[in-house]
Amino acid sequence: MSPLACIVRRDLLLVFRRRSDVFNTLVFFVIVVSLFPLGVGPEPNQLRAMAPGVIWVAALLAAMLALNRLFASDYADGTLEQMALASEPLFMLVIGKVLAHWLVTGLPLVLIAPVLGLQFDMPPEALAVMAGSLVLGTPVLSLIGGVGAALTLGVRGGGVLVALLVLPLYIPVLVFGAGAVVASGAGLSAQAHLLLLGASLALALVLSPWATAMALRISLD
Amino acid sequence: MLEADRLECTRGDRTLFRDLSFSLAPTQLVHLAGANGTGKTSLLRILCGLLSPAHGEVRWGGRPIASVREEYAAQLLYVGHANAVKDELTALENLEIGTTLAGRSCTRAAALQALEDFGVARCAQLPVRTLSQGQRRRVSLARLALGAGAENPVPLWILDEPLAALDTAAVAYLEDLIANHVKGGGMVVLTTHQPLAVTTVTMLRIDLDIQ
Repeated sequence: MSPLACIVRRDLLLVFRRRSDVFNTLVFFVIVVSLFPLGVGPEPNQLRAMAPGVIWVAALLAAMLALNRLFASDYADGTLEQMALASEPLFMLVIGKVLAHWLVTGLPLVLIAPVLGLQFDMPPEALAVMAGSLVLGTPVLSLIGGVGAALTLGVRGGGVLVALLVLPLYIPVLVFGAGAVVASGAGLSAQAHLLLLGASLALALVLSPWATAMALRISLD
Repeated sequence: MLEADRLECTRGDRTLFRDLSFSLAPTQLVHLAGANGTGKTSLLRILCGLLSPAHGEVRWGGRPIASVREEYAAQLLYVGHANAVKDELTALENLEIGTTLAGRSCTRAAALQALEDFGVARCAQLPVRTLSQGQRRRVSLARLALGAGAENPVPLWILDEPLAALDTAAVAYLEDLIANHVKGGGMVVLTTHQPLAVTTVTMLRIDLDIQ
């Protein structure tokens, strides 16, 4: 088995043995999104108008909540040190860890978001576009978040610091992601927004594993 | 061949040691001594390349380790302060996954044999969470037995307090393993507060108290 496949398998196995962690993110997302229709009232036009923003903001916050778990336990028990000493480049292992993290925290949000969208009376095309924008956008959140999580490893109050570090970088994803859904709801083409999200994903895929690996080496120093 | 050239280490505004030079050739062992807080672990981490020294450099085969990082990593086994085992995984999974992640191949039979050698074969299928401190240390050290038994053994071992938490039988076994490794052309750098009964090999003792 290649080291990349091995680390994905390892992280999924760890999550499987400690299942409560997965549900935290998902439950947070479901609760936040479900509370809005109850709080705002049953006016369908208003709900339809706010749905993209609410769902995207909730996804963004849920992704951020899960960040501190990305490297913290590996750092605490010394396995991160061993990864930094592997003969495989560290950024390959980072890609594996971020991929596993997205499968656990990002993919469930993508799958459940269309169901939650029904509460907001979203039309079917908008639901499809929303799922598409989340598929492209949530990996970007995980990738960028990895850099923040690596930089704040072992720092007291790291949770707040991570939020401050990554939020500015999350905002374009939020704007394009929610923008795509708004556009399709208004009967326009969402293509431009989705292409921009895809471009962000490509850029993040190239740059962030490398930046995360550098940040991890600094944190271990 | 591992060379340390005029290393200096500072933590915060305190200088732990300066102008520390030594070299380590095959069939040699370096024993680092010194009181707590004199920089033994920091020196080992510098030798691994995890920590960058304030001055000086570490060379492997004549080249700075930072420039041959992956190649150097393939020649190195580091057992640190932390055991580097995951509580949720079984002893066997820990050993197999840890070795694969380090970029070395590992068969199940070899991993089981390594655990057997360290006397923790009975715990192979138990989550490490349920093991005692000494058993966890044995699982962590089983990487050495695995590395020594491989087709092309890993030449350089860097061990931080390998004897901590081990019982006398395990200490004796580990001393044997270290002695055989060094005699077979390997290199070892280690720290320990316990007397080390590895007498048959060339042993270089560096005392950080005197630095």
